[in-house]
Amino acid sequence: MADANTTRAKLQIGEPGPGVKKVDPILVAHGVRRSFGGVSAVDVEHVEIPRNAITALIGPNGAGKTTFFNLLTGFDKPDTGTWELNGKSLANVPAFKVARRGMVRTFQLTKALSLLSVMENMRLGAGDQSGERILTALFSGFWRKREKEITDQALDLLTRFKLDTKKDDYAASLSGGQRKLLEMARALMSKPELVMLDEPMAGVNPALTQSLLSHILDLKKEGMTVLFVEHDMHMVQTIADWVIVMAEGKIVAEGYPDVVMRDPAVIDAYLGAHHDTDLGSLTGQLEVAKELGDSFLVNEISEEISDEASSKETTDGQ
Amino acid sequence: MDLNFIPLAFGQILSPLTVGYALAALGLAVHFGFTGLLNFGQAGFMAVGGYFFAITTVKFDWPLWASLIACVVGAILFALLLGIPTLRLRADYLSIVTIAAAEIVRYTVKTPSISNLTGGSDGINGSSRDFYRLNPLPDIRYGYGVLSYNNNEVWSMIVGWTVVIVAAVLVWQLMRSPWGRIVKGIREDEDAVRSLGKNVTWYKMQSLILGGVLAALGTVLVIIPTSLQPDNYGTQTTFFLYTIVLLGGATTVLGPIIGSIIFWVVLSLSDGILTLLVSNHLLPITSVQQGPIRFIIVGIALMLLVIFRPQGIFGKKREAHFSG
Ligand SMILES: Nc1ncnc2c1ncn2[C@@H]1O[C@H](COP(=O)(O)OP(=O)(O)O)[C@@H](O)[C@H]1O
Ligand SMILES: [Mg+2]
Repeated sequence: MADANTTRAKLQIGEPGPGVKKVDPILVAHGVRRSFGGVSAVDVEHVEIPRNAITALIGPNGAGKTTFFNLLTGFDKPDTGTWELNGKSLANVPAFKVARRGMVRTFQLTKALSLLSVMENMRLGAGDQSGERILTALFSGFWRKREKEITDQALDLLTRFKLDTKKDDYAASLSGGQRKLLEMARALMSKPELVMLDEPMAGVNPALTQSLLSHILDLKKEGMTVLFVEHDMHMVQTIADWVIVMAEGKIVAEGYPDVVMRDPAVIDAYLGAHHDTDLGSLTGQLEVAKELGDSFLVNEISEEISDEASSKETTDGQ
Repeated sequence: MDLNFIPLAFGQILSPLTVGYALAALGLAVHFGFTGLLNFGQAGFMAVGGYFFAITTVKFDWPLWASLIACVVGAILFALLLGIPTLRLRADYLSIVTIAAAEIVRYTVKTPSISNLTGGSDGINGSSRDFYRLNPLPDIRYGYGVLSYNNNEVWSMIVGWTVVIVAAVLVWQLMRSPWGRIVKGIREDEDAVRSLGKNVTWYKMQSLILGGVLAALGTVLVIIPTSLQPDNYGTQTTFFLYTIVLLGGATTVLGPIIGSIIFWVVLSLSDGILTLLVSNHLLPITSVQQGPIRFIIVGIALMLLVIFRPQGIFGKKREAHFSG
């Protein structure tokens, strides 16, 4: 659609399409390939992530989105490829150093630290803590001030994510959706430049999704760049400035959301035969999962559906 | 009926063995309870610390302080040796390597060809030389009844328990610091901690070293008033330590210390009771069978513990290691 390109600042140079150059890329990956036992999981020729924008990475299950995240963040090693953040190579940089460079990710399968309190989870996210060195740790005087600072910062974030009342509870006591929120809030403690979210909406209570969306929009306002993987097409359409479509490890389309979502090639790659299914709804996702023969996913989605049904019942009952 | 075994069993509360195991168990709690490292070779750290100390003291005539440094350096080297190849890998690698390494240490020191250094199967006596020279206590008897000690024994207990208290305070302070937060985070999910910019492998190494050094120092406190015997550092010692740690609470500082006291008192009591029953023909076993039976009791106690109170005596229910 023409108006999309005119009302928004232009992110790319030239015609949108797979591998298109960006005006101001924060992350550039080139020739990144990873195969598992001969089966290619990721095969990205070239991709650039625009700075200070919200980019959605979408694609069917098994497209290689999570694997691509793992490769970029140092949690997995590619067979070949180079990629750089702000022009500095990240190849062979260990995961913890990638995070310190300002590129922080969350996980598809949430990794809340169950037996730490919500507040301790948050504090762990902060950088520059002298109390993390074993010798200075022995003397509280060295780190008490910083601890107070990060506690305040954490409280602020927790309030924004409506988790402040839970701050002293074990993370284990949170619901799946709350853990997702905690993981995201925790990642923000280090004040990253680029936030990579792997399915941030999965399992989040529908009542919270709206505020989650506004949090992500806030991140952009604060100058951060967001790259997220999501199946919820509603979310993609609402907040993404740019959409990258992966299928079978490759990037098959790139562009502005309203344009890309209408691209027949994308619909084909993404939905396959599910032209008319609404991937934003759980029942639609269930259809696709069944078609893909992904029994784990089928179970998960079915569970989610029954969870939702029962939570509706309880709220109706009140 | 000779009931002296009862006060003697309670004498275990202060004994060097209890001190040594308290420190080794505290070290294991740092590894297993706080960091989630499955170290099955804590006995190896004890042996390395003991031999570095005893060899340098007895065979090389080094002064006490130098031998203590040697003991700590030995434990650090052992930790590096085990940790460098395994800490990057999945948790199971560390457990396999540690259990094997501990046995390698034990068999190595028993090798006849180096027995002039290690004392072979007989171990090493006489590590106490410098230590007793520092004893300021007058040479009289201390204690009451069957629990009677000479000045050197009392000196060992005082120093031993002082070291235990200092170590406990250090570990407690570390675990409430940001450093402790990281290792506890690693126990929960190391990839999450990595994703937050922490050098997980290095923290695991620090934890392995810290817990190993505690075990090594604990062993010094055992062998000074007794002697160094290689077979005291077999795999069963590591499992005793796990029993102690689980008994007291793996994610606590007091747990391993109180656990060690309870363990040795109970082991000693059950030994006394078994002896009594066997000698009065109340149990259909021989005194030869009595030893193994004691350990069967330990095994059953460990199982019951894990089933009914997985968090240990001092642990909080939620922090239980074996709960779902
Ligand atoms: N550790 C692994 N071992 C083997 N195959 C893997 C592994 N991780 C991912 N894969 C495979 O790589 C492909 C991409 O998976 P993934 O990145 O999880 O997809 P997505 O996140 O897009 O759903 C899938 O076919 C998956 O089975
Ligand atoms: Mg995925």
